[in-house]
Amino acid sequence: MARIGQKTIEDMLALGKRMDNRGPHEFREMKLETGVVERACGSALINLGKTKVLVGVKVQQGEPFPDTPDEGVLTVNAELVPLASPSFEPGPPNENAIELARVVDRGIRESKAIDLKSLCIQLGKKTFVVFVDVYVLDHDGNLIDASSIASLAALLSAKINKYDVEDGEVVFKQELKPLPIQSQPIAITLAKIDKALVVDPSLDEEQVMSARLTVISDNHGRICAMQKGGSGTLAVEEVREGIKLALSKAPEIRSKVIEAAKA
Amino acid sequence: MNKVKSREKPVELIDKNGLRIDGRKLDELRPIKMEIGLLDKADGSAYIEQGKNKILAAVYGPREAHPKHIALPHRAVLRCRYHMAPFSVTERKSPAPSRREQELSKVIREALEPAVLSEYYPRTTIDLFIEVLQSDGGSRCAGITGASLALADAGIPMRGLVAACAVGKIAGKIALDLSDAEDKQGEADLPVAVMPRSNTVTLIQMDGSLTPEEFETAFEMAVRTCHAIHEQQKTTLKQRYLSIKEEVEEKNEQGKSEGQ
Amino acid sequence: MTLYVERKQLVAPGEILAEGKYTSGENTHREGDKLFSSKVGVVEIDGDKLGVVPIKGCYVPRVDDVVVGRIVDIVMSGWMVGIDAPYPALLPASEVFEQRVPRSGMDLSKTFGVGDLVVSKVLAFDRTRDPLITAKGPGLGKVTSGRIVKISPAKIPRLIGKKGSMIAILKKETGAHIMVGQNGTVLVSGKHPDAENTAIQAIRMIEREAHTQGLTDRIQARLGTGRKGEQSEVTRETSRVD
Repeated sequence: MARIGQKTIEDMLALGKRMDNRGPHEFREMKLETGVVERACGSALINLGKTKVLVGVKVQQGEPFPDTPDEGVLTVNAELVPLASPSFEPGPPNENAIELARVVDRGIRESKAIDLKSLCIQLGKKTFVVFVDVYVLDHDGNLIDASSIASLAALLSAKINKYDVEDGEVVFKQELKPLPIQSQPIAITLAKIDKALVVDPSLDEEQVMSARLTVISDNHGRICAMQKGGSGTLAVEEVREGIKLALSKAPEIRSKVIEAAKA
Repeated sequence: MNKVKSREKPVELIDKNGLRIDGRKLDELRPIKMEIGLLDKADGSAYIEQGKNKILAAVYGPREAHPKHIALPHRAVLRCRYHMAPFSVTERKSPAPSRREQELSKVIREALEPAVLSEYYPRTTIDLFIEVLQSDGGSRCAGITGASLALADAGIPMRGLVAACAVGKIAGKIALDLSDAEDKQGEADLPVAVMPRSNTVTLIQMDGSLTPEEFETAFEMAVRTCHAIHEQQKTTLKQRYLSIKEEVEEKNEQGKSEGQ
Repeated sequence: MTLYVERKQLVAPGEILAEGKYTSGENTHREGDKLFSSKVGVVEIDGDKLGVVPIKGCYVPRVDDVVVGRIVDIVMSGWMVGIDAPYPALLPASEVFEQRVPRSGMDLSKTFGVGDLVVSKVLAFDRTRDPLITAKGPGLGKVTSGRIVKISPAKIPRLIGKKGSMIAILKKETGAHIMVGQNGTVLVSGKHPDAENTAIQAIRMIEREAHTQGLTDRIQARLGTGRKGEQSEVTRETSRVD
């Protein structure tokens, strides 16, 4: 971005305004659709401003980890596909894709959103594995929140066949049931631009920000994951301010997700 | 971090005297040993032990950028590789970089970038390597503390040093510097890196479950401890040259008395 | 105006040196009103200018520096020379040959091959381009004999000494020919391997003890002990309090 562009963003922020007329604590317009990929057990497509992320959830049988023989497995992967941005290149996930997947994973896992114990089929031998695949389709900033919100919507709207376990084998029935989701973690990312903290940074804002802070909280207002990103720093007070802001924004986003999942 | 919780019989993390498995109090740091300049070929190096963690950090640079296209016209590019040796953990780990190591390489680089005055060396790279030889919880923090020392040892101009430590929650209580066993059974882990010079945070991550009040207690403990670790970093950096000075002064004294 | 340190004090990166109208000298950086150290080193005060003499640091070329480098590549118009800086140096053919040489048909490797050592001088350098060096001039050119000692470039000023006092002692006492490259590479050649060894050991001692007091006297004492006649004078030197 040209230096003039950076200065404009900073000057406007000093007046409390953002380039797209948003307030510093305002999210972009969000559209959330579930059930967009029928082959997946659950799916969601999010439009957050111009950012578009598609998340697919697949549930398959697999083996539990040796340390947790009575629990299901959760695995989150993210792909920054080249068509989403001129800066994405084909190849295995790079550090940005890996960080994205791991932060989304932390939110789901640490909030215990999925009741993993109920996914066990046979102790130590068989369990259900929940694959959450994040597919970024259009990058205009704040991929973490977009991916996390869409992942939650996909999980909430996912359906698997009811089943019985007979002699250690799974026998599927026709009827469907939802995945055992017991908490709704919401990620809120703030960008530090000059001295201001803004919520839901656009791509332009990400290019001028010095640092970002993502705070993921559960229904009870408990913090279950945090991640600072960027080569800049956050003052100790800014960390506190960021957390307060994130916790105050989460409920409104959460209700949007729950509503979209019901549709 | 994709923590796999231990299924061994849960150990009592805090005993009736309020002491932890290794006898520490809740707000006690594991002993830290720091050494600098131990590698010959690297431009700067440091070795750090924190509890059972044994970590080596080395810096090569500023040096010519290879491949050339990653160079930036106005500043040096800092690259960081955090890697764990196969024998560093209980169950042998494959030497191939895992997703965790890749994420940590990124966040560690971002923890140190604000400290390096990279504008002094445009079109070059500064390569930082962190090798965890033995791991026992909190290795990314000890790695950052050691890497700062290595950067300073290499004579790379810095705004200030960065010190890091992690605070966690075990048996419902906020505790400083969790060991691996404590982290596996613990309820939260909060690694924090601070540049004490400006009291700014350069790394903060968290996983687990903390109320905002618990977070505040943990965060305040972490920042305070980073300042304390920073004092030890400064002493370590100066000590090498102070020792030489003392040695020389001693020789001088001897020479004087012999010369009478 | 507050000064927080004193001359020759050992400081670490990020330590505050002063506040107020002080000038930022080498290896210091300013933030607002405050001046901080950027490296581990020793404080130097020159009027209102505060600097830090670093313990270590990489070589940054300056115009007119004499450097000892190694040919690493032969290119169209000359040679690429490694001078232990983060930037490779270019030695154009025009800075080696007296007359203009025809480009084609000239085998540059006959003059300097990869691996050859060259003493040269920095003609031009700025942060946007790699350094340009020349081998034309007295004392410059291919190195044909002698031994190389590499020390930290931060210690070169100490090796040379105030007005060349330290290097003069070395040259006089060892009888060796010593060419000091600003980039930390020192070329030592003497008639006897002994002379070279003595010089090299002295250079290493200077590198190690560069930041201590009384180094010049100790070096003088150490190098002078080989000669019988000057024994008693030497003893008097070492017993003098610096």
